[in-house]
Amino acid sequence: MTEPQEVDTRELRARYPDVFDRPASARLAMPAMIVAAFAILVYGLVDLDFSPSRFFSGLSQLGWISVMMIPPDPGSSLPVYLKALGETLSIALLGTTLAALFALPVSLLAARNIVPSNILRFPVRRFLDSIRGVDTLIWALVWINVVGLGPFAGVLAIAVSDFGAFGKLFSEAIEGADQKQVEGIRASGGSALHEIRFGLLPQVLPVIAGQVLYFIESNTRSATIIGIVGAGGIGLQLAEQIRVLEWQKVSFLILMILVAVAAIDFVSSKLRFAIIGRRAVA
Amino acid sequence: MTLAVSILPEQQLAVLNAAYHQAVSRRRLRLLLGVVVFAAALVLAGFGAEVNLRTLFTYFGNFVSYFDRILTLDSGQRVWTDIGEWFWGLRKWLRMLGETLLISYVGTLIGATFAFCLNFFAAENTSPSPWLRFVVRRLLEFARTVPGIVFALIFVIAFGLGPMAGVLAIAIHSTGALGKLFSEIVENADMKPVEGIRSTGASWLSCMRFAIVPQVTAGYASYALLRFEINVREASVMGFVGAGGIGQELVVAIRKFYYSDVSAILLTIIVTVFIIDISTGWLRGRLFGREART
Repeated sequence: MTEPQEVDTRELRARYPDVFDRPASARLAMPAMIVAAFAILVYGLVDLDFSPSRFFSGLSQLGWISVMMIPPDPGSSLPVYLKALGETLSIALLGTTLAALFALPVSLLAARNIVPSNILRFPVRRFLDSIRGVDTLIWALVWINVVGLGPFAGVLAIAVSDFGAFGKLFSEAIEGADQKQVEGIRASGGSALHEIRFGLLPQVLPVIAGQVLYFIESNTRSATIIGIVGAGGIGLQLAEQIRVLEWQKVSFLILMILVAVAAIDFVSSKLRFAIIGRRAVA
Repeated sequence: MTLAVSILPEQQLAVLNAAYHQAVSRRRLRLLLGVVVFAAALVLAGFGAEVNLRTLFTYFGNFVSYFDRILTLDSGQRVWTDIGEWFWGLRKWLRMLGETLLISYVGTLIGATFAFCLNFFAAENTSPSPWLRFVVRRLLEFARTVPGIVFALIFVIAFGLGPMAGVLAIAIHSTGALGKLFSEIVENADMKPVEGIRSTGASWLSCMRFAIVPQVTAGYASYALLRFEINVREASVMGFVGAGGIGQELVVAIRKFYYSDVSAILLTIIVTVFIIDISTGWLRGRLFGREART
């Protein structure tokens, strides 16, 4: 058994000055950041009219609302709601498919290995970026102005906003593809179109199919929302019932949405595994 | 040197060819079946969503001319010929935009705090009891699946019109989303420090504080920043239902056909989202290095 050694702190300090004396900037950075974050929070709470009395009276209101929500009851309008749910699913499916169809050719233009010229690619990318920067709800409002109220406006809104997202995702998938197969096609005398068709697409299509399925899933959620501004589907019913304070119907509709989303999640994850195999799903 | 390509005898070749054709035709059949099912679903969806191609063709001109109109001032000139006139309400819009940013900041921070408190109960390896884990997980799932704007609609009625409803809606939605991500980080944490701390007789709380938290803070902060980015977009539409922020101005401009205002507000929103995306990306890179960016 060895004796515990005397530790010569002075020598250690001399040898590793950085460990013992961290510079003031490093020691103060963390507390300063916390204080700043907290200060902005307090400023925000004051600026946004948070007052405890308002908060608690709202909370008791919310308590009342939740009590009135039980039990969920569709009343006599269950068929209407089922039809609205079907509308929502249709919006998600059609919107996503349209977006994918239009995004595929454009994404080729935005991919570095297809269009090497920066000058050509840059505007395409910025165009896709700015489409993505605008929320689906805003697109829905714009399309309502163009084709009128109803689910068709919803389809177009989802198609446009997903077009931006797909353009970016697809072009990233294309850039990640293996160049050797493309070179092989070129070596055997294929044209540029042949290179894309036989060299790129077989590699990229499973990835794209997976992304499209995932978007159909997440668009079921978005499609429930866009009804709130009048673009059809179950969101329209939900917003109406909230405005007329029919809380039992509201809770029923929310439950319906939850169940539908869970079902779509289940189906599409099964399909995704079938298409690209278990490992490739991130 | 000459190369000879060996050609198999006729019989063997025929068998192999047949097998190949069979395999390919089976795959083609399956693909065809998939395409047919998908097309049928699309047609069905087309009826469900009341797709009317004639409406689209008749009004598609409207879509193009809509953009023409939002880029034209009342005086009939293009917007960029008179920037001052185009952005006449810039001061007001910037204030609303500031409010939007504040809504998303406060909402994200409150949501992250709640998610931080809840996620240890939801993670497989740290939860004190299975039924507690089940309850917390279902709660988070509920908060995550109901869209933020639906919460906002309900909160506007409970808390009154104004940014408070927006903040709370964003906070709840972020709690759900971040709680799940946070608990996944905790599940990936190394459990050896926890055993070390527990062997000294420490309570569950101390185990979390001294063994888990030091491992996971970087991941938490990274996800919280990412969430802030998403919430800025979300907060920009909260105004549609009266829950504060720039959305209010935008929806008024769109509904009342103040064309040049629409383009001006949209442009300010897009630029803000760009700036936020870039700066949080930079901040994440600074704080956690390249790896932490997912």
